[in-house]
Amino acid sequence: MTGWRHASLGLVDRSRPISFRWEGRSYRGFRGDTLASALLANGVSIVGRSFKHHRPRGLLAAGLEEPSAIVQTGAGAKSLPNLRATEVDLVEGLEAHAVNAWPSVSTDVFASLGLMKRFIPAAFYYKTFMWPGWELFEPWIRRLAGLGHAPDQPDPDTYEHAHDHVDTLIIGAGVAGLQAALASIRSGVTTLLIEHDAVAGGRALGAEQSLSGTPVGSWIAEALAEIDAAPHGRRLMRSTAIGLYDHGLAAIYEHSDPAGPPGDHGSLRGRLWKIRARRIIVAAGAIERPLVFSGNDCPGVMLASAAETYLHRYGVVSGRRIVLAANNDRAYRAAFALNDAGAEIVAVLDARPEADIGLLEIARERFPVHSETLPLRVEGRDRVRAVRPARLDGSGAMASLSDEIACDTVLVSGGWTPSVHLHSHIGGRLRWDDMISSFVPVQPSDVLSVGEAAGEFADLGRIRPIVCVETPGGREEETAFVDLQNDVTLLDVRLAVRENFRSVEHLKRYTTLGMATDQGKTSNINGLAILAAELGRTPAEVGVTRFRPPYHPTPIGAFAGHRIGDTLRPRRRLAADAAHARMGARMEDYGHWSRPAFYPQARETEREAVHREACAVRTAAGLFDASSLGKIEVIGPDAGLFLDRIYPGSMAAMKPGRCKYAVMLSEHATILDDGVVARLDTNRFLVGATSGNAEKVAAHLEDWLQCEWPELRVMTTDVTMDWAVMTISGPKARLILAQLGASIDVSREAFPHLSVREGTLLGVPCRIQRVSFTGEVSFEISIPWAYAEDLHSRLMASGASLGLTPVGIEAIMTLRIEKGFIHLGSETDGVTLPDDLGLSGLVSRRKADFVGKRSLSRPEALRQDRRQLVGLETLDGSAPPIGAHVVSDRPDSLRGAAHSEGWVTSSILSPTLSRGIALGLVEAGRSRHGEIVILRDGNRVLKARITPPGAYDPSGERMHD
Amino acid sequence: MTAARPWRRYSGLSLLRAGFERQRGWPPAFIDATPQSSYDVVIVGGGGHGLATAYYLARHHGVRRICVLEKGWIGGGNTGRNTTVIRSNYFFPESAALYDLSLRLYEGLSAELNYNIMFSQRGVWMLGHSRHDEEILRRSANAMLLNGVDAEFYNDAETHRRIRGLHPNPSFPIRCGLLQPRGGVARHDAVAWAYARAASRLGVDIIQNCEVLGFEISDGRVRSVRTSRGDIRAPVVGLAAAGHSSNVAGLAGLSLPLTSYALQAFVSEPVKPVLDTVLITSATGVYLSQSDKGELVIGGGLDLFPSYAQRGSLPNMERSAAGVLELFPQFSRLRFLRQWAGICDVSHDSSPILSATEVEGLYVNCGWGTGGFKAIPAGGWLFSHLLATGRSEARARAFTLERFLTGAMIDEAGAAAIAH
Amino acid sequence: MLLIDCPVCGQRSEDEFRCAGQAHLVRPGPPDAVTDEAWSAYLYQRTNLKGVSAERWLHEFGCRRWFNILRDTLTHQILHVYPVTQARRPEETGGGE
Repeated sequence: MTGWRHASLGLVDRSRPISFRWEGRSYRGFRGDTLASALLANGVSIVGRSFKHHRPRGLLAAGLEEPSAIVQTGAGAKSLPNLRATEVDLVEGLEAHAVNAWPSVSTDVFASLGLMKRFIPAAFYYKTFMWPGWELFEPWIRRLAGLGHAPDQPDPDTYEHAHDHVDTLIIGAGVAGLQAALASIRSGVTTLLIEHDAVAGGRALGAEQSLSGTPVGSWIAEALAEIDAAPHGRRLMRSTAIGLYDHGLAAIYEHSDPAGPPGDHGSLRGRLWKIRARRIIVAAGAIERPLVFSGNDCPGVMLASAAETYLHRYGVVSGRRIVLAANNDRAYRAAFALNDAGAEIVAVLDARPEADIGLLEIARERFPVHSETLPLRVEGRDRVRAVRPARLDGSGAMASLSDEIACDTVLVSGGWTPSVHLHSHIGGRLRWDDMISSFVPVQPSDVLSVGEAAGEFADLGRIRPIVCVETPGGREEETAFVDLQNDVTLLDVRLAVRENFRSVEHLKRYTTLGMATDQGKTSNINGLAILAAELGRTPAEVGVTRFRPPYHPTPIGAFAGHRIGDTLRPRRRLAADAAHARMGARMEDYGHWSRPAFYPQARETEREAVHREACAVRTAAGLFDASSLGKIEVIGPDAGLFLDRIYPGSMAAMKPGRCKYAVMLSEHATILDDGVVARLDTNRFLVGATSGNAEKVAAHLEDWLQCEWPELRVMTTDVTMDWAVMTISGPKARLILAQLGASIDVSREAFPHLSVREGTLLGVPCRIQRVSFTGEVSFEISIPWAYAEDLHSRLMASGASLGLTPVGIEAIMTLRIEKGFIHLGSETDGVTLPDDLGLSGLVSRRKADFVGKRSLSRPEALRQDRRQLVGLETLDGSAPPIGAHVVSDRPDSLRGAAHSEGWVTSSILSPTLSRGIALGLVEAGRSRHGEIVILRDGNRVLKARITPPGAYDPSGERMHD
Repeated sequence: MTAARPWRRYSGLSLLRAGFERQRGWPPAFIDATPQSSYDVVIVGGGGHGLATAYYLARHHGVRRICVLEKGWIGGGNTGRNTTVIRSNYFFPESAALYDLSLRLYEGLSAELNYNIMFSQRGVWMLGHSRHDEEILRRSANAMLLNGVDAEFYNDAETHRRIRGLHPNPSFPIRCGLLQPRGGVARHDAVAWAYARAASRLGVDIIQNCEVLGFEISDGRVRSVRTSRGDIRAPVVGLAAAGHSSNVAGLAGLSLPLTSYALQAFVSEPVKPVLDTVLITSATGVYLSQSDKGELVIGGGLDLFPSYAQRGSLPNMERSAAGVLELFPQFSRLRFLRQWAGICDVSHDSSPILSATEVEGLYVNCGWGTGGFKAIPAGGWLFSHLLATGRSEARARAFTLERFLTGAMIDEAGAAAIAH
Repeated sequence: MLLIDCPVCGQRSEDEFRCAGQAHLVRPGPPDAVTDEAWSAYLYQRTNLKGVSAERWLHEFGCRRWFNILRDTLTHQILHVYPVTQARRPEETGGGE
């Protein structure tokens, strides 16, 4: 028991005691405590175990930079792994455990690993575990690694995203940030101040300082009042700036108050703010560095500033018999404050010569000060017992060993590191500053750093840039920790140097220094200072690794925000969605659209339903909702000319009232999309696109129009969602349509195949196209989107007696495969050319140019052995699996003996022909009709005959009827 | 060239011995060489591909005087900035031959180089979410088997059974899974270091902090490389500069069919094992594994504008997070620890370029896009053959610059509709 | 996330836009007169500059207008936004034609 609660100091609310559990035992704290301060107040020393050696660890810091006290809170779905005890607000009933220790943090059986530390230095795993094989060792290593446990249930809480913009964003509500905020507000610009803590004031909180003659507490309160009163000033507390990105974007994670009212079904746990600011001021402060000496990881070794924070903010005194070890003036503040609070300062060890110690006279009045002295090692295992100081010579090496000093706590200060992370996120450069022995932002840059974040320290005095004692023997290096969480020691750094991992990035990656969950907040600068010393270079020459967002670990759920579950992918619903539901459609997602796959009747299987629907189309009529098809109007005097340049076929020559099937090519001549182009009028075309490509086709047209041929008098409009489309298809289609009373003559003579008519239907405008994807007479009826459901019911009502059946996509696919019609994405891929599909008839030979034309004459396009569309008929009459390959037995040097010559792209058991029908892409397939080939799917082998595609009604009489 | 370089075999025994010596006996893993005035082969780029090329040149092609020039520190480009996935589940035989060569070399690499690169063959899954995905994945599975690559195709129930913790009812329902059991992950930095150590031992000069400033070219032949550390004469120069290939080639007056994009990756804080395989999902383009250290390693798509900034952006991070939670909603409370980006040189078909150029003696190894790490051994193997003989090895023939003239693309993404 | 000054809609975030790469590519033609080399260069070769580069962008989820920007690919700084029909300003360095 060493840490203790002071009777009066601190800002915790002593009227609100809180009970909590740590490692299964009950403790008490107060509202305003963190888990860390409460544990310290209760005298708990060991709050964690290190990642690799499982050494006992205590609290080093009081803020987000804490490397050692890694805890898991809660249980079940609400459990949270890997929190620092310093960021856990104490709430009633809090249940917390240390991670990475078993059975408990105080008696961890894996601590025996620490005995082996000499044999398992940094990067040892690269040198062993190779024989007989890594796979034998890896599972054990994995089990030992990792910190906390992930929850095994979905997160019951929610996260949201919020956006804002502001003239000035100030990050950090310490004194520097508050000053910046006041200045900004007084200049009249909109100002947002954010602070990761629940309260403003930063390190000044609770301290007995004064600012411009006012006690600091009152000064903070006045500043906040002014900010809150200003109409253009705001602040966000409990909000951490996790990253700065391009063009003034700040990502800020605001977390809710865990003591706030809980929700029944989960609650809003956090909010990711994305704030654009014209000007960003970083007042993120600085982080104190520890010193590196043997046993510096022992519980009881704490940053001097952390002890101050625990005292001023939480009223907790870190120890009773304290040694301070430092290389700067500021650290003395902690000694004075703790001494005032009743702790004994046994000694101050200062790396500097007496002349450099600014507070020497004052300090000497109160406690012994040993100049040019630093700890060589700390004695004690589970708790600091004593310090063994070493006298330094002028070079920083050990001159002599001093007598052991008994103590229970060692406060350390190796100087201060400005928080330059945010500045670096957006590429800000850094400069080594000898005065503070750290990197500082090079300004001006995209953001303005102020206060300690900019390297401005008023009270550090003259620093001696030494973080560890050079010892001749070096026995201490094995337990002198540079990175506490990842157990990287002085020996490890020296090993890396010896093995030529001398770049600062190599050092980091080889030893894992700075790669723990604290991202090296307390270790990076010490690491590179030691590296520089080893190499005989300056830290400026060695440089620093790049800081990466997020500044502080942030829940994955916060980044996903609302994009989880049903909101991950917004589903597009058809206008007649309700009608389909009423008819029992099985809805499925096809791309972004939710569409009827089939309409099963009682106890029907998918195949039965699909066959019934397909047969209805062949024998009577089917009704298919084709509303998701892309529809783009192309209008203007040059519309024909434009489409002539876009499409490989001739469009300008098409007569109004006619339509034709066309493929759209990329400049590489590969097929981008297919669909029907209709000429509604001289200057008005309707371009049809597949459901998945509507936006892509619209963008493609605009790309060429705006960028390549801006002189053309054409405009395009995507009307996909303006028109719903109901297709009736089958021998009775015309009869059913005629009953509906459209203003359009649908007779065979007046309305031939591949024509389009406009008129009215049900009292609203309509457009009907005669095109067919099923091989039967088909009418695609377009009607304003809102009337889709009405049209659907009217058609069903009037067609019911004639056998009109609603059909889903799967039946349509069945019918088109019987016909040998291609489906984009099945028969095409990223390399398919028109001729591969037998569509060279759609490519004009007369036109001088069109998009993709030149690519059609490249050597690859002219090869005779390209994969071509064929029909495939299995000899046993079955439907071959889609994705089965046509296997060749002709040897090929690269592809081996049994290589693929193509594959099955579509396949069904044809209800019309009562046998398997398949389409495929096969090398030189068109010249191989009649050949028997082997199909292979996994271990299954089938024989099939290559045929022309289109087994059903090859002459196409039925659809022209 | 130089005297024998100090070397000590890595093994459990040597580690034990080193323990008693307080780790003092280890020699440098590789030597920082001083540039000589001439070499037989100069390789520009000290990433995985460059170092592997140097190693195989020295090991198999008897080339004696080789140097690798690295502008920064070895392995500092995409070799050290990826999601460490190794797989050969490709569709076209040309790609399969290339990437399976790589996988097979990876399988023996720790032993060959005496360096544990921790290649963990925990399997790589591609998840299918729609009828179309299922067709494409089955087509891919069969292609893989015909290509001599291991592939196992599973239905929805079996996929769920084999991947612990998958969300039972996601918005993108899982219809099937295609597993390549031999696929897995490795320790990315170690691959560069292992090749560097082995190459250095064979006498290869690895020169860090040496920037290439230009090339001396006369009569259509490369004569020497101008560097920040002096001119280096060489009859053969191989460029292996990944994301910066266009810029280095530009110094020789070459224009390459490449665009450089940032590819981001993310890691979470480490947790105890929760995922023992590698997942790639076509629905959101996310890929996911768990490192030996316990971090979830997450990758997504490219940032879709050209960039050399090597830094992440927010929209991609949000998409990747959503993609992960779609599969594993229980990871929502885990926290992202770090976000970073590598610069990928992407060709039109996302396939690599291993090719001679119009400058005689100057060769390029580039265009690996987002998949360069898994290809390191094969890239080195095939590029070393090209540099040593001036001819493409059979498995590299489809990957020359010629294809951009003829149009013979090897478009895996286009063919298989799987993100590559 | 870039902030892009769409000529029609003003400043909007990157996720509303699509980048189509290098601007000022000249489409060679007529096809019969174009060599494989020239066609290949048009389709594939890109300056891929590290530095200020002229690019085509589309305000896809907005006004759907195409426009060009000069952007530094190393710093992401946007120097200039201009119509697709406008030639590149001669005083700007690098990239494009």
